[in-house]
Amino acid sequence: MDIPYTSKPRPDTGIYNAKVGIWLFLASEVMLFGALFSAYILLRVGAPEGTWVHGMLNIPIGTFNTFVLITSSVTVVLGWAALQLGNFQKYKFYQAITILCALGFMGIKSFEYADKFKHYEVWLKNPVTVMHGDKEVQTNRVLGHIEYDGKHPYFWNTRTLREKGIEGFKFEADPYHYTLSPKELAHAKSVSKGKPHVVLDIKTADVERLSAFVPSHSTYFAVYFTLTALHGLHVLGGALVIFYIWGPGAKMWKSDPLRYTNRVEVSGLFWHFVDLVWIFLFPIIYLL
Amino acid sequence: MSNHSHSHADAHSHAPEEVAKHVKTYLFVFGALLVATVVTVALNYLHFDSKVLTIGIALLVAAVKASLVACYFMHLISEKKMIYVIMAFTTFFFIGLMALTVISYLEVPPETATR
Repeated sequence: MDIPYTSKPRPDTGIYNAKVGIWLFLASEVMLFGALFSAYILLRVGAPEGTWVHGMLNIPIGTFNTFVLITSSVTVVLGWAALQLGNFQKYKFYQAITILCALGFMGIKSFEYADKFKHYEVWLKNPVTVMHGDKEVQTNRVLGHIEYDGKHPYFWNTRTLREKGIEGFKFEADPYHYTLSPKELAHAKSVSKGKPHVVLDIKTADVERLSAFVPSHSTYFAVYFTLTALHGLHVLGGALVIFYIWGPGAKMWKSDPLRYTNRVEVSGLFWHFVDLVWIFLFPIIYLL
Repeated sequence: MSNHSHSHADAHSHAPEEVAKHVKTYLFVFGALLVATVVTVALNYLHFDSKVLTIGIALLVAAVKASLVACYFMHLISEKKMIYVIMAFTTFFFIGLMALTVISYLEVPPETATR
């Protein structure tokens, strides 16, 4: 049996069925991300003063990735418009850019993730002297990078130190901490640009807690990884579908061009939704 | 529905001139989205003193960008009634969810209030 109304519109709704289907699915997706945004608001507003992590993500990279996703969204509609004019080659070209953008986005995101997995916070039993911008401060919470055995290790935590029997490590301290206000943090970053970092010699015996910027570091990073990973899965899923229609599924253009064009439209609607979610995620997670 | 001479051009019975007009809109929206992204990031470097202002403006710019994508890329600006009915329900429940989230802060027991 054929699925009804895959190309011609259904007389009572005036649209083909797949379009109703994708919009119903997107409606459920709005609620899925809505629930997570709501959880984010509750967690953030309920966080005690000074415990919410901010300013730890790379804004230029995040901005660039936003451009990548917006570009992929416009190539989807341009590809679909080309199909409406019967220009299959032009469609192939535009959707190839879409797929490359999707891969680019995921590649950049992976790079960002990896960067977090080797960026640490250490809570010390006794305060040390580090720089915050151009000011010397005494603190027992320091951000930075571990140097051990000539390497910058990933995913270390307090237990790793004990299990590996590490007595101490070098710690390249960042000239800022997220407990500073956004304004102070930006100032500290700009005045210390290009200057050498303070390198601390940290003894394991003096470490209260050590954590990379992984979900268990803080509520902020738990929220960050949950939201961006779920969004990343959507990018991956969308890219796979668009790739299937573009590549192996493209023979339908010969047999049923109308249905094929509709498939492109429906996959595009999903893709725009993924772009739309990022439009909110980017300011909420990177900037605010 | 399909009375065009071009066999592949009848996906939505769109005349070439009409599609060309749409393409122009798409490119304009693309430009607007890029500019709005730059605005979002630039505003962030201004560091307003008011938290409400910072969050409000960031969300406002995001909402404008989102409506551009929804209205033109997802062509919600000219859809059939069925889609609008689905979106009306979604909007209702989404706003309800966010309203509940905000309302929960109107009555925080004083001993648990953090600020």
